[in-house]
Order: sequence, then C-alpha cells, then structure tokens
Amino acid sequence: MSATGIGAAVRRKEDHRFITGTGNYTSDITRPGEVRAYFVRSPHAHATIKKVDVKAAEKMPGVVAVLTGADLAGDKIGGLICGWAIFSKDGSPMKAGAHPAIAADKVRCVGDAVAVVLAETLAQARDAAEKVKVDYGTLPSVVDPAKAQAKGAPQVHDVAPNNTIYEWHLGDKAATDAAFASAKHVTKLDIVNNRLVPNAMEPRAAIAEYDQGNDSLTLWNTSQNPHVARLVISAFIGMAPEHKLRVIAPDVGGGFGSKIFIYPEEVVALWASRRVKRPVKWVSDRSEAFLTDAHGRDHVTHAEMAFDASGKITGLRAKTIANLGAYMSTFSSSVPTYLYATLLSGQYAIPSIYCEVDAVYTNTAPVDAYRGAGRPEATFVVERLVEVGAREQGIDPAELRRRNFVKSFPHQTPVIMAYDAGDYNASLTKAMEMADYKNFGKRKADSEKKGKLRGIGFSTYIEACGIAPSQAVGSLGAGVGLWESAEVRVNPTGSVEILTGSHSHGQGHETTFAQLVSERLGVPIETVSVVHGDTDKVQFGMGTYGSRSGAVGMSAIVKALDKVEAKAKKVAGYMMEASADDIEFKNGSFTVKGTDKKVGWGDVTLNAYIAHKFTGGQLEPGLKEGAFYDPTNFTFPAGCHIAEVEIDPDTGKTEIANWVAVDDFGVIINPMIVEGQVHGGIAQGIGQALLEGASYNSDGQLVTGSFMDYTMPRADDLPNFKVGTTVTKCPSNPLGIKGCGEAGAIAAPAALINAITNAVGHEKVPMPASPSAVWKAAQGGMKRAAE
Amino acid sequence: MPTVTVSVNGKSHTVDVAPETLLVELIREKLRLTGTHIGCDTSQCGACVVHVDGAAVKSCTMLAVSADGAKVTTIEGLANGSALHPMQEAFREHHGLQCGFCTPGMIMSAVDMVSRRGSELDERTIREELEGNICRCTGYHNIVKAVAAGAKAMKGGSKTARAAE
Repeated sequence: MSATGIGAAVRRKEDHRFITGTGNYTSDITRPGEVRAYFVRSPHAHATIKKVDVKAAEKMPGVVAVLTGADLAGDKIGGLICGWAIFSKDGSPMKAGAHPAIAADKVRCVGDAVAVVLAETLAQARDAAEKVKVDYGTLPSVVDPAKAQAKGAPQVHDVAPNNTIYEWHLGDKAATDAAFASAKHVTKLDIVNNRLVPNAMEPRAAIAEYDQGNDSLTLWNTSQNPHVARLVISAFIGMAPEHKLRVIAPDVGGGFGSKIFIYPEEVVALWASRRVKRPVKWVSDRSEAFLTDAHGRDHVTHAEMAFDASGKITGLRAKTIANLGAYMSTFSSSVPTYLYATLLSGQYAIPSIYCEVDAVYTNTAPVDAYRGAGRPEATFVVERLVEVGAREQGIDPAELRRRNFVKSFPHQTPVIMAYDAGDYNASLTKAMEMADYKNFGKRKADSEKKGKLRGIGFSTYIEACGIAPSQAVGSLGAGVGLWESAEVRVNPTGSVEILTGSHSHGQGHETTFAQLVSERLGVPIETVSVVHGDTDKVQFGMGTYGSRSGAVGMSAIVKALDKVEAKAKKVAGYMMEASADDIEFKNGSFTVKGTDKKVGWGDVTLNAYIAHKFTGGQLEPGLKEGAFYDPTNFTFPAGCHIAEVEIDPDTGKTEIANWVAVDDFGVIINPMIVEGQVHGGIAQGIGQALLEGASYNSDGQLVTGSFMDYTMPRADDLPNFKVGTTVTKCPSNPLGIKGCGEAGAIAAPAALINAITNAVGHEKVPMPASPSAVWKAAQGGMKRAAE
Repeated sequence: MPTVTVSVNGKSHTVDVAPETLLVELIREKLRLTGTHIGCDTSQCGACVVHVDGAAVKSCTMLAVSADGAKVTTIEGLANGSALHPMQEAFREHHGLQCGFCTPGMIMSAVDMVSRRGSELDERTIREELEGNICRCTGYHNIVKAVAAGAKAMKGGSKTARAAE
C-alpha cells in the first residue's frame, strides 16, 4: 500500500479551502445585477386560494416584480414530478397529484409558495412580501398518516381518493400466512418510524441567470445530482432545452438525501430570471428549510415475525402506511416500497415474507429519501422483531440471530434481493468482543447498585446500496438509469483530471477518487484533481446518494483508467519500438517485457500529445478516455452495532454508555473518511431514536420548526464511537467496494431502542425516546417486574 | 444610513449600512468574506461565529452598528499568511470536518474555548463547550479529537497564534 493509494488514511485535499473560509457554496456566489427572491408562503395547511393581490407589494421600494402561480401557469411552466412509478396491487398506477412550483388554486401544506417577490435587496423583498394580500378559504387538514385514509378525511388531491397514492405489496401472501399458521411463536409489534427533518447545515439555495444573447440559463444550486436536476427541469418542467441549461452545484454543505430532489424554488428562480432578465438569487432561511425541505421516514407499521420450535424465523409480514406529505417529491414513491420492503429479510434466511404498503397524502411537507431511505425503516422493523422475539422466547439475542443468519452466498431472499457476499457472524462476533458483551451482566449489576437501569441492544443490519443496476431499477419503476460516468483527462505534463458524475457534499471525493488514480497510475496525488458538479464540464452523471459514489462512481473511473492504460501502452510501444502487447505498466513506468527498456509516465503523456513517434497514423493523438459503468447487482453492506445505555429511572434520562459499530463495507479506499461517515451516520441514527421528531399539530402547523424546537444532536448528546470493520469483497464491482454512507443511520435506531427497552424491561418506547417517554416506560417495566 | 468603522482581520473598513444590518451580513455581503456562514435564524447553529475584540460572537446576533470601532477576526484571518493556525491544522489532521459548512464557526469557537478554558481540555469540557455549534456530518467524534489536539498545539507556542488579533 502506498502512502496515498487505496487503503491509506490520506488527509483530505478539499479541507484547505473549508478550514480557511475559502469554500464556494451557492450562497457565497453573487452575480452582477442580481435581484433577491423571497417567497410568500401559506400560513395554512390546507386552503383554497381565492385571490392573490400583489398591487401594494409591487409599489414597495426596490421591488422588481411580484409573480404568482397564475403567472407561472400562464407561461406554461410544468409542475414538479415524481420520477419512480409504483403500481398498486390491482395494477393501477400511483395517483400523483399536480405539484406546481407556485400554488395557484389551492395550498396543501404550511409553507406552500403562493407568490415570489423579486427586489434589489433581500430586506426589500421581505418587506414587500408582507404586502402581498392572499385571500384563503381555509379547509380542514389531515396530518396523521394513520388517519389519512379514514372515511370523511379531508382530501389533499382530488386524483387520489381517500388520500391513497398506492396500495402496493411485495412477497408471497399465501406462503407467509401458511408460515404463521404453523408457527410455534409469533412476535407482534406496532411501530411508528418518526418523521425527521434532514437539516443539512447549509440551507438550500439557488441562483439563476438568463443569458439573453444565447437564450440560455445557468443555475447554481445546492444539489447532490445536478445532471438529474437539469434533465428534470428541462424535459419535464419544460424550462429550456437540455443544451441551453447549465446546472452547477459548487461546494454543497451536506445533503443526506434532501438535496437530491428538484424543488419549486430553483424552478421559480430560473423562470423569474428569464422574465426579469436579471440574475435571481434565493437562499433558504432555516425556518423555510424546516417547512419546505423534503422530510424523511414517517411510517406507521404493524409487523409480525413467525418462529418455529427451534427459534428459526419462518415468516415475516408487515403492513405499513407511509406518509408522503402534500406532494410526491422526486423519488418519494420508491422509498417506502423498493428501498424498504426489499430489505425485510435482514441478515436472515427467512423463507416467506409479505409486505403491504399504503402511501398517503397529508397536509404536511413532502417526505422523500433521507440518509438510508427505506432501509432504516426496514432494519428497525426486522431488528426490533428479532430482539423482542428473542426476549419472548428466552433466547440470547445474539444466539437467535446466529441461528437465522444467511450463511451461504449468493442468497436469494423472497423479496427481490440476491445477497452476493457477507459474513454476518464475523461482524457480530467482533462487535460482541469490542463491546465486552460477556461482562455486561457485571456492568448491569454495578448500575443497579447506583439505582440506574442498564441495557444492551443489537442491530445486525443489511442495506442494498449503489441503487443499481439500471435494468433492475427500470423494471421496478425508476424513470432513470442508475449507472455512473467518468472521464479521465491526462494532460501533456502528466497531471490528471477526473471528471465524475458523482457529487461530493462532504464525502471527500476529491481525496478518495484521487487515491484511486494515484494507486493505479503511480502518480503523486497532488497531480490529480477531481471535477464534478457542473453539467458543462461533466457530460452526464447520476449523482451521489444511496452510498453509491464508491461502488458505482469509482468503478466508472476504473473502467476509464483501463482505457487510459491501454492507450498509454500503445504510446509507450511507439516510443520504445515494441508492440503494445509487450508493454508492462507498473508504478508509473512502462517497460518492455524481457528488456531493460523503460519510459516514465510523463514521457508517455507528453508523447501522447506531440505524437511525433506515431508512425503509420494508426494511433490518435491525445490521452483522454471516458466510461459509463452500470453495475450487475446492488451492493450489500452489512454489520453489527451494539448500543449500551444507562438510564436514570427517576428522570428517564438515557446516557449512551458505549457504542460499537462493526461494518463490512468491502474494500475501503480511505479508512479515515469511512470512519467519519460511520460516525455521522450513527449520530443521525441516535438523533432519530433519542432526540429528533418533526411534529405537526392537528391544524397542520409544524410545531418543531426551528433549532429551538427540533432537537438536533449536539456534541454533549453523543458519545465517542468504537468503530471496527470486517471485510468480504463485493464481487460485482472491480474494486470490491460496498459503500458506507448510510450504514450508521440504518443500524443505529434499532440498536438504541433495543438497548433502552432492554434496560427498562418494557417494549413500548417510542422514537424519539425522550426522557418523559423513557420515564413512563421505566415505570411500566418496574411495575411489570414487581408483578 | 449609519456609517460603521470596523477592523476586520487587521484591515480597517468604513462602510454605510442600513441600521438593521447584522454583523454577519456586513461581513458576508459588504466585505465579501464568505467563510462566515449562516446556518439558522435563531442563533443556535454557530456557523457564523467570529471573534469580536477577542471573544467569540455569533455574528447573526449582533448588529453591524454595534461593532463600530471593534476588531473582528473571521476564519479568513486566522491563519498567518500561508501558515495555518494550529486549530485549523488540527481539524484537517483529525478529519474534524466533512461538508465544511459548520467548520469556520467550529474552529472560531474552538480557538475561543482555548483562550477561556486553557489548552488541556478533556472530552467532557469540549463537548459541553460546543453546545452552541451544530454539525450534521461528523457526529462530533473527530471534532472533539481535533479541538483537544488543536488546544495542545496552541500551547506548544505555534508560530501562527492569532495573527490578526
């Protein structure tokens, strides 16, 4: 292993600009002549719009224009779309209601835009927005997904009767029911997977600039996938032809899924810029972010697990209601279906699984993918059932897991996925050693002496990452292919530029991708740069989400590097008057087999461009190759997290005494960065289980609408994490990578709730497990213990 | 319109500002020092922390006119030329940042923490002191390590101690 190659903890190349304040985030950019945009948003969760009067606002100082939903419709700007088609059990397509970027007839959640004010300064735009008079006809609203389908519930979209978007299912119902009929033991749970606000620290932003001379538009935005944004805004919203629209996502300050989607504000900025012929800048404030960023999770589930007499799982069935909010966001439909039910086999060989999912509209913010997207929900269902099942049957939870682990690969689950490689026992065993599981009883006794309750909980999770191959996702309803592209441009002086369709918003691609090139070409890492996030530079790409940039994005780079090496060998062949077949390339040098002839990387790259030695004219000058990589399978990262907690039964305060994570991510490029991803994922998982929860009141007002009300994990809420790895290589991609970005958020909630319920001796602990909820459960557990 | 004179990173600026202008707006929009970030509107997140007369201040909670006559240091003024401040170096060395958005505020808070609490900072102290800075990426694990290491390095008499202050 070289100091900068695969496996080295290389310090990040991108850090210098971030630690010196010289990063370039969208809100840092100003364009000459720009106007500031401020949206007038609905204060009501559900209302008809009778009239929007902009006259007074238009007369305010500095105002350039005030635009409404009627103006948008008049210019024939299309609505936002959901790009993944789901079909109900009866074969009918999902019922997607219209989603105009500015509401014209009806608002469906608090924060829905009803007008936009453009003014010389933000303060002027804000002042003028207060003068926009909107006459609303308020309607009753529905916020609870469990009540959305009830008879007489307020209807969010006319096209979706009973607020039901689809009634989907997966698996073999008859076989699963038969397994339950003959079960020795059945474990049953009612689960609410709480609604979360992603809260990347950089609020969303968009700057749009219309170029009159070229009749083209440029959009700077906070996107995880600028090419997909361009495609959707062009092909579906009809803003401009694809070649007349450039999307640039510069430094992006975190995403966690929430910046995958195409949002109304960027559509409006583009449209408004063309109307007023000036650049338009919009920057979300945090309050807007709470109201308008797509939220995550929000499932209500009843789940059951069947066991035979030996503790083998014979069946799993689940019925889930998924809240998609007021509008179907870009990939919302896929999250509670193909990213959820397909993972319900967990790490276990389960013969029969059946899952039903009803997706519903409510008068709340749209819900879409948030770190883990469907897989945390699945893991929570499976790992709670297994843990509770073990407790009910008096079997050690680790032992019950071992009895049911998938042990031979490939393994076809009953829910589409074919696991390719893994060693679940290895990660469990290592995690138990790191957590000192065998001495837990002693620690519990010590806690009891202090009047505290101690608990331990497992989560042996699995996820499906890469979100590919294209043919597979296409067959499941995806409107796009989920491959990745790369281009390797080698300069005459030997430095290398990697153009990638992946997009880094904290993951450190500028470092890890350069490590791959450094290792492969034997060039110093300083001579490699990574270009991403600009549709004029990178031809096309699918972006970063689903832990896919390593497994899919880097595999595309490998394919392009293969081509570069092949061509460079031909160049070296001309230089040394040898056949390219006889050229060997190692550590940055080209040699002719069986001779002492040798040329260096820089000589070859220069010769590729001067082409003086290319006799016969059969070789084109230059050294630049591109590749598209489409995986042959999903990847299956898996592992074991163990949480240990100590609870004060008098206050309900939960202290995390220990956290162990052992993950199998396949081959790791940069262990420092991977550990960082694990830490961050666990923090978000702990946040979900212990602290975070978006709460609407019955009128559809978001009660948790700021950092003062919504509990973001802070430094003193979290412990240090003990992180380890086991390795089985992913067989489906050339690097053996599985992906690491979401694992922590997927594994953590179940581990923590398993630990808390173990401590209090009571299974009914909601998320977030606030002190009051834990106190109540502890009282219940103690009462039960006394009986 | 009021006129404000502030020294920012050792350079004096006299600017006209609307009375409601926040210090962070003056820094970002008038002086175009965009390393200081805005991450919330309730003074919770700490992305906007700068030093005013040597003390950490959330620049979204201070009016620009209140900074008249003050010496302000932003993240751009922390390094001594091309030599990074030890706290900046520690964040890089210990992977104390991912997306980088909270990082300027974190580093400015950390430097202030050392000046108030000394250079031997235990984990609990660091975690409690970071109450006013939110990071969504790192889970704080590596930030805590970075602050402890940066604090020690600052004591070590680094050449790059707060050049602008």
